[in-house]
Amino acid sequence: MHEMALAESILEVVEQAARAQQCTRVTAIRLEIGTLAGIEVSALRFGLEVVLAHSLAREARLDIDTLEGEGWCMRCSQNVPLKALYDPCPSCGGYQIQPLRGTEMRVKEILAL
Amino acid sequence: MCQVCGCETTTSVLVDGVPLNPGGPASPYRPVQGQSLLHFGMGPAHAHAPGLSQEKMIRIERDILDKNNTYARSNREWLAQRQIFCVNLMSSPGSGKTTLLVNTLQRIQSRVPVAVVEGDQQTSQDAERIRATGVPAVQINTGKGCHLDAHMVGQSLQQLQLQPASLLFIENVGNLVCPAGFDLGEARKVVILSVTEGEDKPLKYPDMFHAADLMLLNKVDLLPYVSFDVARCMEMARRVNPALPILPVSATRGDGLQDWIDWLLAGVQGLRQGAPVESSGVPAA
Repeated sequence: MHEMALAESILEVVEQAARAQQCTRVTAIRLEIGTLAGIEVSALRFGLEVVLAHSLAREARLDIDTLEGEGWCMRCSQNVPLKALYDPCPSCGGYQIQPLRGTEMRVKEILAL
Repeated sequence: MCQVCGCETTTSVLVDGVPLNPGGPASPYRPVQGQSLLHFGMGPAHAHAPGLSQEKMIRIERDILDKNNTYARSNREWLAQRQIFCVNLMSSPGSGKTTLLVNTLQRIQSRVPVAVVEGDQQTSQDAERIRATGVPAVQINTGKGCHLDAHMVGQSLQQLQLQPASLLFIENVGNLVCPAGFDLGEARKVVILSVTEGEDKPLKYPDMFHAADLMLLNKVDLLPYVSFDVARCMEMARRVNPALPILPVSATRGDGLQDWIDWLLAGVQGLRQGAPVESSGVPAA
């Protein structure tokens, strides 16, 4: 979904953080993307290539950490791994699962000169 | 991926034909300057190379949609102060959103003051259909964008003379994907699915059905003519969102509209009595 808009938001966050530190070049960007966040990582990489091309981060290495999904199964009263929002509980096969982790999308850190 | 997804500047976003915030920030997604959100730390520094000696690791830890969420929070506060119950209507194109809205307005406008924000990529045909019912409406044209964002909605709130203790509908751009991730500051997200679309849409577009507070199953008058298993559709929707209330309706024939109107009026009433305005639906991030 909307990976190009997200790429622009990422650039903005990165530019502001770099300028606040009087940095003129960004050499690496680290993102944290949950598997349930609805982001196609390859599309985001493509969007960032385009958006970063003429910015102070044009040579930046892009590191993307993936956060696996996890949910709370109401029937089992325990945390279970969750690959998609519609996945059944691996223990009981039920669908009463509340996602706990994996919906994040964050800019974690940058390396800047 | 959608290569035009929200990637343009605000110059092609029109509110009633007028460019959104002309001369303002170039993009609605620009994050706010927030020094207090930055955590700084020194990374590996090449201490002996002048000019290239300051490589720093800057900890940012910021949500990518932070800017939109900031606008959404401000919209939500603004609406709450005025006790305006705001409903974000989302669906695929052609599910009958506008017809449902027009027929709802005709039944509800004598009960509560109501206004509409209409989102479409182009044209103001929908806003004109709404205004024909006597209800004030503002049209947002997103240009190339595939969803409304909280900044666009915030601007449109200033254009409508909204009454306190009223009802506000936002009809989002027809799209079952991106609108799920963009909080607008609404009190409730409502997803509309029609029986001509296929019963497995909740599994194909899980983010939307997960984010919704209510699902309307529209066009039930057509059930005799289409192959659509209502029970199976509901079961799939509740796989994604176990607590999702579902109302079967027909916007054209009127089935279920009374339940829908009761749900809306209960929301308006709840806000007057100080009910929380946070949408229970979790945006995609």
